Amino acid sequence: MTFGEIRDKLKTKAVGIAGCGGLGSNCAVALARVGIGTLILTDFDRVSESNLNRQYYFLNQVGEPKAPALKRVIHQINPSVSVIAYEIKLDPEHILKYFRDCDVIVEAFDQAEEKKMLIETVLSVFPEKPLVIGLGMAGWGMNDSIHYRRTGNLHICGDEVTEISSIAPPIAPRVGMVANMQANVVLEILLKR
Amino acid sequence: MKIVLNNNPEEFDQDVMTVSELLKAKTFTFKMLIVRINGDLIKKDAYNTATIRDKDDVMVLHLVSGG
Repeated sequence: MTFGEIRDKLKTKAVGIAGCGGLGSNCAVALARVGIGTLILTDFDRVSESNLNRQYYFLNQVGEPKAPALKRVIHQINPSVSVIAYEIKLDPEHILKYFRDCDVIVEAFDQAEEKKMLIETVLSVFPEKPLVIGLGMAGWGMNDSIHYRRTGNLHICGDEVTEISSIAPPIAPRVGMVANMQANVVLEILLKR
Repeated sequence: MKIVLNNNPEEFDQDVMTVSELLKAKTFTFKMLIVRINGDLIKKDAYNTATIRDKDDVMVLHLVSGG
């Protein structure tokens, strides 16, 4: 497939991204660069200076709500992407309402509890919809621990082991690896159909 | 019984076991889990009643924070 053919196919596709932190911001930017048609972004948080160690924001955006801030970043890269940004703490009702028409959903939360809520909700209400999750990316090094596996409509990217802590923080390289791996899985799903 | 657990073949002496029994047998002690049997989501309140039988495809996902 040429890049032109890829863009033609992607411009009709919509991807929902749950969380605009390290995983969500980097994954969204990768999908925007290759020409995804629509991105639906959700996040309740604001950009803080400590986020800049891994998240796709800039110093002059500190204090801004993340979802609209990410929309502005994306439009500086590719203004043809249609971006719908919701400043919300995603709950099961929002998932049903805002992600219904997405071709793929990307799980990009930080906390395990939030990941569980999203995965259980999507598996229950949209059992056929592909869901790409990021699981385990704290610390640095250990390139070969990061992998991809699939079980049914659930696509898993990460090492599935490392939990964030004060001595194993989430930082740019490994978070970016998993975020871009998620974007790569999204492309594989969308370009196959 | 022979089952597939997280894409790998596994064999148990029992003919049937609950999700709780499987988690105990495999010493999966994590709190944040996603369990599916043949694609069906099994929520925590059903771990003591949902059963696993021969040839079932079981997924146990351990959720860790970070993102």
